[in-house]
Amino acid sequence: MASKPRIKVPKSASAGEVITIKTLISHEMESGQRKDKDGNPIPRQIINKFTCTFEGQMVFECDLDPAISANPYFEFNAKVPASGTFKFTWLDDNGSVYEAEESIEVN
Amino acid sequence: MKLTRRNVLGLTVGAVAFAVAGARITPAFASVEETEKSIMDFTGGAAPAEGRITLTAPEIAENGNTVPVTVTVDSAMSGDDLVESIIIFADGNPNPAVATFHFSELSGAALATTRIRLAKTQNVVAVAKMKDGSVFIDKKQVKVTIGGCGG
Repeated sequence: MASKPRIKVPKSASAGEVITIKTLISHEMESGQRKDKDGNPIPRQIINKFTCTFEGQMVFECDLDPAISANPYFEFNAKVPASGTFKFTWLDDNGSVYEAEESIEVN
Repeated sequence: MKLTRRNVLGLTVGAVAFAVAGARITPAFASVEETEKSIMDFTGGAAPAEGRITLTAPEIAENGNTVPVTVTVDSAMSGDDLVESIIIFADGNPNPAVATFHFSELSGAALATTRIRLAKTQNVVAVAKMKDGSVFIDKKQVKVTIGGCGG
């Protein structure tokens, strides 16, 4: 259901710089409030948690409720102490985990 | 009772008043009180102060399915001056909770942007909890032209 996430992280930064990260993942975010054409409620299926870590340390997390729009988009900041890798995870209500990585060089 | 002009007018006004009162009894959407209660649950009973937190949302959203909101807190994000989490509510949605953001020193700045669903014209509320226990609140009314909770 969810396709490859799109992530924007700068390729390089200076040590201690605060950068902006943007992420977008395709997902319907079925709210559980809608009904199909026979009037039966469509069960909720959303991404309920998003996390971003840098070399194993938490940078940013979000607990999502059904009021987040389809194709959840996040923009946030991160402080880059040294070269390393950002890991991103999205947890789906159905147990699936979508993952992605982006590295950054400190020069 | 004769059907005079005075009687007809009186009956009509009565019927309208009754219909309006009836419609108010069963709110299908989350109430402002429910949001207040959720805020208290989040802060642990502390009354939030205004200032330091800024919520940015459009004054008028044509499409309630995707309304961009940005929340930011004025904080050094180190030591005790750290934003631990920010919670967003929409007090006119079927369920007021929207999202909770968590930050750390590695966040660099307490800033988050996302896109949310709004069922109708309502207040969007953001509450920030700091490491030292203080809480801050900001509120914006967003007018919604087309609601974002299709049924």
